[in-house]
Amino acid sequence: MHKEFLMGNEAIALGALAAGVNLVSGYPGTPSTEVLETVARRNPGNVYVEWSVNEKAGMEVAAGAAYSGARTLVTMKQVGLNVASDPLMSLEYIGIKGGMVVLVADDPGPISSQTEQDTRTFGAYSKVPVFDPSSVGEAYEMIQEAFDFSEKYGTPVFFRPTTRIDHGYEAVEVKEPEDYRQTVPEGFIKDPARWVIFPRLAVKNHALIEERNARLCDTLSDYPRNTITPAEDPGSRKGIATQGISYMYTKDTKAAAEAWILRIATPFPFPEKLALEFLEGLDEVLCVEELDPVIERALIYVCGKYGKKVKITGKLTGHMPSSGENTREIVAEAVGRFIGQNRSGQAAGEGTAGQTPAAADEPTEATSLPEPPAAAADEPTEATSLPEPPALPVRPPVLCAGCPHRASFYIIKQAMKGEKTIYAGDIGCYTLGNAAPLDMCDTCLCMGAGIGIAQGVGRVEPDTRCFAFVGDSTFFASGITGTVNAMYNQADMTLVVLDNSTTAMTGHQPHPGTGRSAMGQAAGRVSIEAVLRGIGLTTVEVLDPLDFAGSVEAVGKIARQPGVKAIIFRSPCVAMTRPKGRAAVDPGTCTGCRKCIRELGCPGLILDEDGKRAKIDSSQCTGCTLCEQICPAGAISGGRKNDTCGEGR
Amino acid sequence: MKKNIILCGVGGQGTVLASRLIATAAMRKGLPIRTAETIGMAQRGGSVFSHIRIGEGVSSPLIAKGEADLIIGFEPGETVRMLPYLRQGGAVVVSRAPVMPVSAMIGKSAYCAEDMVQYLRDNTENLTVVDGSRAAEELGSTKILNVLLLGAAVKSGELGLDREDVEEAIRDRVPDRFVDMNLKALRMEVKE
Repeated sequence: MHKEFLMGNEAIALGALAAGVNLVSGYPGTPSTEVLETVARRNPGNVYVEWSVNEKAGMEVAAGAAYSGARTLVTMKQVGLNVASDPLMSLEYIGIKGGMVVLVADDPGPISSQTEQDTRTFGAYSKVPVFDPSSVGEAYEMIQEAFDFSEKYGTPVFFRPTTRIDHGYEAVEVKEPEDYRQTVPEGFIKDPARWVIFPRLAVKNHALIEERNARLCDTLSDYPRNTITPAEDPGSRKGIATQGISYMYTKDTKAAAEAWILRIATPFPFPEKLALEFLEGLDEVLCVEELDPVIERALIYVCGKYGKKVKITGKLTGHMPSSGENTREIVAEAVGRFIGQNRSGQAAGEGTAGQTPAAADEPTEATSLPEPPAAAADEPTEATSLPEPPALPVRPPVLCAGCPHRASFYIIKQAMKGEKTIYAGDIGCYTLGNAAPLDMCDTCLCMGAGIGIAQGVGRVEPDTRCFAFVGDSTFFASGITGTVNAMYNQADMTLVVLDNSTTAMTGHQPHPGTGRSAMGQAAGRVSIEAVLRGIGLTTVEVLDPLDFAGSVEAVGKIARQPGVKAIIFRSPCVAMTRPKGRAAVDPGTCTGCRKCIRELGCPGLILDEDGKRAKIDSSQCTGCTLCEQICPAGAISGGRKNDTCGEGR
Repeated sequence: MKKNIILCGVGGQGTVLASRLIATAAMRKGLPIRTAETIGMAQRGGSVFSHIRIGEGVSSPLIAKGEADLIIGFEPGETVRMLPYLRQGGAVVVSRAPVMPVSAMIGKSAYCAEDMVQYLRDNTENLTVVDGSRAAEELGSTKILNVLLLGAAVKSGELGLDREDVEEAIRDRVPDRFVDMNLKALRMEVKE
């Protein structure tokens, strides 16, 4: 054993290695990505690791290996689970032989996701048991337990950290590689009665699953990570039920010590026996959890089932916010109100005791709640609060300086000037094309959806030029089906593949177009243009987004053809290349028209000290030369982008 | 000892490495440590922060408002944004150089960095304003701001770590060829 300062996702990966995982698959997605990357980096040599083309493919690969007795881990973010849900729903009916952990990182906030869906709820829906860690150190241990549990009960299990666990850091005691469990898979043993899901098998296994999960409600009541912590005064008739990182926020709130605390580590199947024990002698419970009111509903159910008269409060009663991430302040305030509500002179949670009380900063949370608390009046709102600051900078995320996507968007915008258009966007860095001044992302729904949406808009408004933007990795993950649909149904649209030769947003993972594997080795390479031609598209043009004039002309011609056409804008991500030369503005030639700043919105373009002429921030410039090509005065020069990809492509 | 430290800035400024250096230094001293970072979409030019909690009796990685002993600000506006986290009497170390957001450059928002620094002067008791430009010129690198700020943070007395601790962490974490430059940066006088 030795101690390492680890990111949560690194700890989870090392935990999986310690548990003797044989195969790890997954698709990148914040906040889950580093789990698979860490397994690849710390691979003792006998673990197969792959970035799958999408989550569904990853789930199926992991299932096949688990059928064969291997221990497997498949990783994704919460919206990735939607893609993988088809195989998973059926897999739960079939079961597995080797331990299989489905890691789904949930993202309260959401900080970088489309939804605030809760994988605990998905657990109940799919009947798959769920493990919910509360800290980085615990995640390391818990994933090992999850593998054992999965194998023991022959079911895949969910392991669902949230962003604060995934991207939190802690010093963790970890095993040496020689102490890792060695899993020797038995191999696949043919047995159609077990592995082939006919309706008769489905109904039989459904009954067995329900029986097992009912039994697990008892079994998991004895799982040592489902805990009851007594109140400082054991006579207290108040309880707090909590989970995940919110359990830690609760522990960091002094007032919480006045209540009994139930911590739920396995929200499904719910540890009923333990919950009953917790409810004994309580009048009132506050549920402190993120995303869905899973524990709250379960406790209401337990109260009804066993005829307990305990008041259960939380999200459903308006005592906790129904959406968004919990913070120390939100928890401290809710707990303070809960503990102090029947007494006077009781200050709210310690988190509010500083110079700026949370109440002053979070007026919406404080005022939208029913039952205005007695304790809130005692919070130190006077004197210590800060005056209103000057207008703070507004910083939505933006495309990097010199990003080829900016050039691609600008080219199409110029080529389509004056035309009625729709620009259907997709998931990836290029979603950031929505921001001013580009305004080149009219819709964004989920991976690959833009291609179908462009077709749908076209059916209703045939006079609109329909564009769908998709990244290279997203094209492989979810874009091909929509393209086949367009071809088969004779849609009129232009598919624009923004190919920067990597999965950029999540931190530059390889994909089928790169010819490299997750393990850093040479891999099969799938050509986007060959796929498109194979589908039947006759117009498939590869353009250089950094050739402004040439590409504007080409786009104008291609987009005006009837039918389904494709443009591949190919230029490597700026984070993977080093510029050969950075641009500079000649102050004598610059007329101060600011066209470059106004139309491109590149973070490398700023104003000079006098605020009159454009200036290049050389620490940001990547030499893309787009500003040089559009400057009406010809005042910018010197940029030179190295067009070979740093990763050897 | 118990210390709550916030690092804040704009994606790409090097807050994560600075946070790792502090964590490494604390770990070497055997102190318990938890941190939380911004990773993902916000890294593309958005506001980023790290919460660092050193010492016993800490459960969660997040610092509550009014609880930070020290804010290390890589950018004036971002520092003002995080100021509600500072406890009364806590220290602030801030770089005076702004990072202009694209939205301000194209006239969709306003941003005056001088007002931010003035606001910090008016509302904090232990403030160090850092001018990193001369040091960056002298050392021939603009990527050194994080270590300049760490140097000023050591002097503020609220980091809970000595300069020697941070030096050890630099030797540990930074690639060999950059160690000397970083050690020099750590010792530079950068207070404006």
